[in-house]
Amino acid sequence: MNNTMYPVAAIGVITVVTLALRGFPFLLFGNRPLPKTVRYLGKALPPAIMTVLVIYCLRDTSFSQAPYGIPELAACALVVILQVIRKNMYLSIIAGTVCYMVLIRVM
Amino acid sequence: MKELRFAVKNTIPIFFTYLFIGIAFGILMTDAGYGVLLTTASSLFIYAGSMQLVMVPMMTSGASLLSLAVMAFFINARHIFYGIGFIEKFRKMGWKYPYMIWTLTDETYSILCSVKYDEGIDEAKASFLIAMLNHLYWIFGSFIGACAGQFLNVDMRGIEFSATAFFLVVVVNQWREYRTRLPFLTAAVSALGFYLLLGKEHFLIPTLVSCLAALVFLRKPVEKREGMTDE
Repeated sequence: MNNTMYPVAAIGVITVVTLALRGFPFLLFGNRPLPKTVRYLGKALPPAIMTVLVIYCLRDTSFSQAPYGIPELAACALVVILQVIRKNMYLSIIAGTVCYMVLIRVM
Repeated sequence: MKELRFAVKNTIPIFFTYLFIGIAFGILMTDAGYGVLLTTASSLFIYAGSMQLVMVPMMTSGASLLSLAVMAFFINARHIFYGIGFIEKFRKMGWKYPYMIWTLTDETYSILCSVKYDEGIDEAKASFLIAMLNHLYWIFGSFIGACAGQFLNVDMRGIEFSATAFFLVVVVNQWREYRTRLPFLTAAVSALGFYLLLGKEHFLIPTLVSCLAALVFLRKPVEKREGMTDE
């Protein structure tokens, strides 16, 4: 394919696929009233999806070689502890990220 | 504009994530020989972080459009599940409806499914601004990376953990808010199970599918625990 058109076409194709995936449930149910099961899933699914996303974000952690996942585990523990006792999302995120960034450099 | 102030306040954690990962993407694109225009256009149109990062080496090696489409499908298939809770809400948003679907990334999803709207805030307006601000942060980050990447010599390795931390904060808040533990347990058990079974590259989609199936199966106990009435 032509050299200038190729990246444009590539970006176009990826845009269409991504948009189709994000739009799928909306297209599926159109303007019809939602089935009760779907409405229930709208409430029950978010905590499951968020839990899966956290695990997905940590998928590259290696427990079998140094630093044995310690930066990830320590930073996650810090985030949870701070969020439970201080309930300040900004503090939890900043402290957790700084902790992680320091640990991957020193360990 | 109290909605704008509210949206800024709720997107600050994502600002840093998107800014720095956007910069990383911009640098990657310019190093591969793609200009500022293509970089900014990808962030504006595609707006899916991991896919954009994977796209760069695929494009430099001249991957076919079909293989790019297949890759985009597998990397972004999780987004199929995000709309389920927002169908009725987005429908009522008029011209903003398609934009809300287009910009439903992991980060925007996690804000929208956990945010508590203050008294007197126009929810539709606030969620639109949340979606748009995140989009702008991402475009801005990639633009900076593409224009000035070579001058930014700061080692930001590990900044991507800010997204993980944000998702974890959302889970902690949901844990406090929900009375049922079943969605969390279902997710943790199936994610770990499929991770061990299929490995880190392939566990995501089977996990999400099995969560959906399990939660449909567990509807009675979940609804009972949450006190959801049968309207």
